[in-house]
Amino acid sequence: MRKYVIQRFLQLIPVLLGITFLSFAMMRIAGSDAITELYGNKGAVSQEIIDAKRAELGLDQPFLTQYISWLGGMLRGDMGTSYVSGKDVFGTFTSKLPATLLLTALSILMTVVISVPLGVLAAVNHDKLIDYILRFLSFIGNSLPNFFVALLLMQLLAIKLKWLPVIANGTTLKSAIMPTLTLAIAMSAKYMRQVRATVLEELNKDYVTGAQARGVRNRVILRRSVLKSSMLTIITLLALSIGSLLGGTAIIESIFMWDGVGKLAVDSITMRDYPLIQAYVVWMAIIYVLVNLFTDLLYHALDPRIRLGVSKE
Amino acid sequence: MSEPTVRIQKIKKDTVKTRLIVFGTLAAILLVCSVFCEYLTPYDPYLQDLSNAKTPPSAEHLFGTDRYGRDMLSRVIAGSRTSIYSTLLLVAIVTAFGTCVGVFCGWHGGWIDTVLMRISDMFLAFPGLVFALAVAGVLGGGLQNAIIALAAISWPKYARIARSQTLSQKETSWLKAAKLSGSGTWKMIFKHILPNIIGPILVTSMLDIGTMMMELAGLSFLGLGAKPPTAEWGSMMSDTRSLLATHPWVTLSPGFAIFISVMIFNLLGDTIRDYADPKNRMSC
Repeated sequence: MRKYVIQRFLQLIPVLLGITFLSFAMMRIAGSDAITELYGNKGAVSQEIIDAKRAELGLDQPFLTQYISWLGGMLRGDMGTSYVSGKDVFGTFTSKLPATLLLTALSILMTVVISVPLGVLAAVNHDKLIDYILRFLSFIGNSLPNFFVALLLMQLLAIKLKWLPVIANGTTLKSAIMPTLTLAIAMSAKYMRQVRATVLEELNKDYVTGAQARGVRNRVILRRSVLKSSMLTIITLLALSIGSLLGGTAIIESIFMWDGVGKLAVDSITMRDYPLIQAYVVWMAIIYVLVNLFTDLLYHALDPRIRLGVSKE
Repeated sequence: MSEPTVRIQKIKKDTVKTRLIVFGTLAAILLVCSVFCEYLTPYDPYLQDLSNAKTPPSAEHLFGTDRYGRDMLSRVIAGSRTSIYSTLLLVAIVTAFGTCVGVFCGWHGGWIDTVLMRISDMFLAFPGLVFALAVAGVLGGGLQNAIIALAAISWPKYARIARSQTLSQKETSWLKAAKLSGSGTWKMIFKHILPNIIGPILVTSMLDIGTMMMELAGLSFLGLGAKPPTAEWGSMMSDTRSLLATHPWVTLSPGFAIFISVMIFNLLGDTIRDYADPKNRMSC
């Protein structure tokens, strides 16, 4: 097991280098635009000022030198200053991150609460009316773009019923309801299907038939054996869907004015504030890679087959 | 004993066929709509009529009018061209590019294969839309750039499928026979490998149409895709978002159009998958 953990961490290094390099290269290609953007509206600017600004931003150095010094800065938490506000990029990013993490955590929680019971229910009642209804609902949920769900919820809960404020005022739980619900609806639709498929596969295994033949009640089989062994896959699938959630928050955050990194990214893109976009891409990718790594390690730690198999060697 | 099993299989196959015909027809109707949208719109989708602005849905204007008095039904129909065309274009680009890279990697092997596959790993390491947002941000808005952004994050999946399929085809006896009988590289790729691997790839791309349509509309909604006044469903929704409280039909009707199109393409994709795979046909 320890050997496996070390191996996985070593595999992480090229991936992280690749992520940072790709993000850096992309932004640097656009980087020349930042100068034009900065002076584009101010009429004629002499070449010396442009050159001075280039040198100040380090844009006159060779590409790889720029990358290495940028990477070094990144590791120290220095990602430059925003082109627009002039504030420290890393500080701005980390100050907005908790709001996004809160939203992500709430959405995952709500997804589990909605989709695990429904998925199990659908699997147990395989090919019965309730299964068809749930599958139909999951299909609808899968075909709804999340920004459309957001606007529908806004129209229904905030405008028609007036239960909630239309736009989030601060990161309070009350204003988190609608964004959480929006993200959870889209995620549950996908996840419920996966839960259903996993449980169904487990239910079709021979030991279930064996237990039924021995007269074990269905409920006991479900709770003691089937759910226990499906949980592993269910947890893994959930963790893997965090990636699409992290990307999806951007659009939802900017609709509901939720003050997290997603909204920050969308705002920065509108204002072409490259250092901030860069920070967003790099850190979201790193978070995602780490989440995937820990999921994988968790999977290995939880699965007795793998755990015992490795320790025997 | 064997007879009932045969009968069940026949029934299942027939429902898949019926579904294929029904959803195929619906998708064809959508495509026809987008091709002939000029002739189907009751009003000019770009004609402004301020005296008639923000009217609720009526017999004259089924979906009402927006803040410039443009007929929403016409705009939704006109938007079908931009939205559906760009989605299909995106799927076609991603499928073609991914397949080329995958077949090349699988066929060639060696260090090029390793390098290209590591590059695809890099792209897969980014969480979904995050990278697309950044690409669209760097390139600036516009439908073309949104398509490039989404293509950049979607091709590795196709490359991987094509690569693994090519690798398994390379081991088949008929390919070895073709090689022994002196077929050239191109002949082997086009005559033996591509026809055998294209099935699963096309099924994947059919299943992806719905998702891609939503993602493209999402980018447009954020202002990173088609720009107003172009009629595109995502940008129409964001353009009219401020009217949601007072004139919900203006904002929501393009949303329903996206929803219905995505649903039709998803249903078609699922059906084609079931049709192509006998195992799924039985379990569904």
